[in-house]
Amino acid sequence: MSAPRSAHSGRWLRILAPLIVGMIFLACWDGVVRWFEIEPYVLPAPMLVAKTLWTDGGSLLGSLWITLRVTGVAFASAVLLGGLIAVLFSQSRLLENSLFPYAVALQVTPVVAIAPLIIIWTRGHYFLALLICAWIVAFFPVVANTTLGLRSVDRNLAALFRLYGASRWQRLRYLQAPTALPNFLAGMRISGGLALVGVVVSEFVAETGGAETGLAARILESSYRLEIAKEIAALVLLSLSGITIFFILSLVSRLLIAHWHESALPDEE
Amino acid sequence: MGEQEAAPLLSLSGIGKTFRNGTRALDGVDLDVAEGAFVSLLGPSGCGKSTLLRIIAGLTDPNSGIVRGREALSGQIGFVFQEPTLMPWATVRDNVYLPLRIHDAGRAEVAERITATLEALGLQGFEHAYPRELSGGMRMRVSIARALVTSPRLLLLDEPFAALDEITRFRLNEDLLWLWQQHRWTVIFVTHSVFESVFLANRVVVMSPRPGRVAADFPIGLPYPRIASLRTAPEYTALCRAVSGSLAEAMA
Repeated sequence: MSAPRSAHSGRWLRILAPLIVGMIFLACWDGVVRWFEIEPYVLPAPMLVAKTLWTDGGSLLGSLWITLRVTGVAFASAVLLGGLIAVLFSQSRLLENSLFPYAVALQVTPVVAIAPLIIIWTRGHYFLALLICAWIVAFFPVVANTTLGLRSVDRNLAALFRLYGASRWQRLRYLQAPTALPNFLAGMRISGGLALVGVVVSEFVAETGGAETGLAARILESSYRLEIAKEIAALVLLSLSGITIFFILSLVSRLLIAHWHESALPDEE
Repeated sequence: MGEQEAAPLLSLSGIGKTFRNGTRALDGVDLDVAEGAFVSLLGPSGCGKSTLLRIIAGLTDPNSGIVRGREALSGQIGFVFQEPTLMPWATVRDNVYLPLRIHDAGRAEVAERITATLEALGLQGFEHAYPRELSGGMRMRVSIARALVTSPRLLLLDEPFAALDEITRFRLNEDLLWLWQQHRWTVIFVTHSVFESVFLANRVVVMSPRPGRVAADFPIGLPYPRIASLRTAPEYTALCRAVSGSLAEAMA
């Protein structure tokens, strides 16, 4: 009797607990603004942000859409090319040893530092510049996780494949790829959020007065004009997008491995 | 000496193996295996019997000595590990399909064969289950089904039942014997249990540890079919005592 009840309450706790924390945070914020009578151009009350979100939502969403479009393409190519690079690495130690340090170098260099160069090299192709920057940020988790997964095959299963004379391709297709799938999905989940961060950071650097500007441009613009409520509204949209991306990818990964992987099983039977 | 009428299926001579860390696992192992024999390799942990099995399978190369007869067996060897070693992402049926799939057999053309193998191991009704949903004994049955689905001529088993409880182990012993009597593949069965080796095999090869060598070779003349009641029969216990004694000697 107690087991199902606790499982049930567990689910509610997962939704309710963060909601309550959010409420407390908003209440404190509102309290601080009222108590210290803070001007709205320094810190607007949560209600004012909500109101701004409502009135300026349409135009902000337009900019968000531009940002998300680049994010989507950057993410897709990070996953695709990242997976491909990992497969190549798993097929040749020499290749991995020669290239992996450079992948790490690309990863640890802050994208804000590379972005100006990329913007120059792409000669004003705004979309392409953002795409490359976001890709650089997003591809590494996929490569690192997938490479690890492709190498983590069960030794005895690998021996069995050898015993039956499996080809390289069969080994990859029937043994390495399924083994690496959970790692690949974990990398993909990290990569989704990073792609968004990569795009926004590069937008800040690019900051061109072009016709099609993303959400970062709107954040900068509201900041200059001291429209702090609008700035925060844009931030809220941005983090909501990030959260949505994360949850969609979590759901996808759960659906793909739910039938066998430990991570997707319920806590206790 | 008595089994030399025909050329042996497999002939090992002077097999030696030293690991990279300097451990001498095997030293001068000579062993002939006749076609259709059920050979138990008996020895304590660390006597190199698993290594010997991997050398026979071609999964490890010896440092010295030769294995004659393996080329002729290429593609006809089944191997069962100590762990079930199943693919967790695949159903029972797909796990058993694996060796055939590697040999490019279409799923439909081998469907009946897989079904028959699953039935022979008492796995009917579990074909769409995933390994994690099965008990240890059932997982081992799947592992054996995978080894048998290719109709191998040589079946190699590396302490397959060591991790199972006694009741399950006895059941699997009897089921394995029953299948062997029908198909008469050649079996090399590695174990550290005297009782298991004598119950199953018609020949028990005792190995001494560090480095592994053949210490004694017992023909086991008990008639097949061997059933559960044999486990308490006096001729069985007498053989167990003899093998036990030689094992103790080998370890001294």
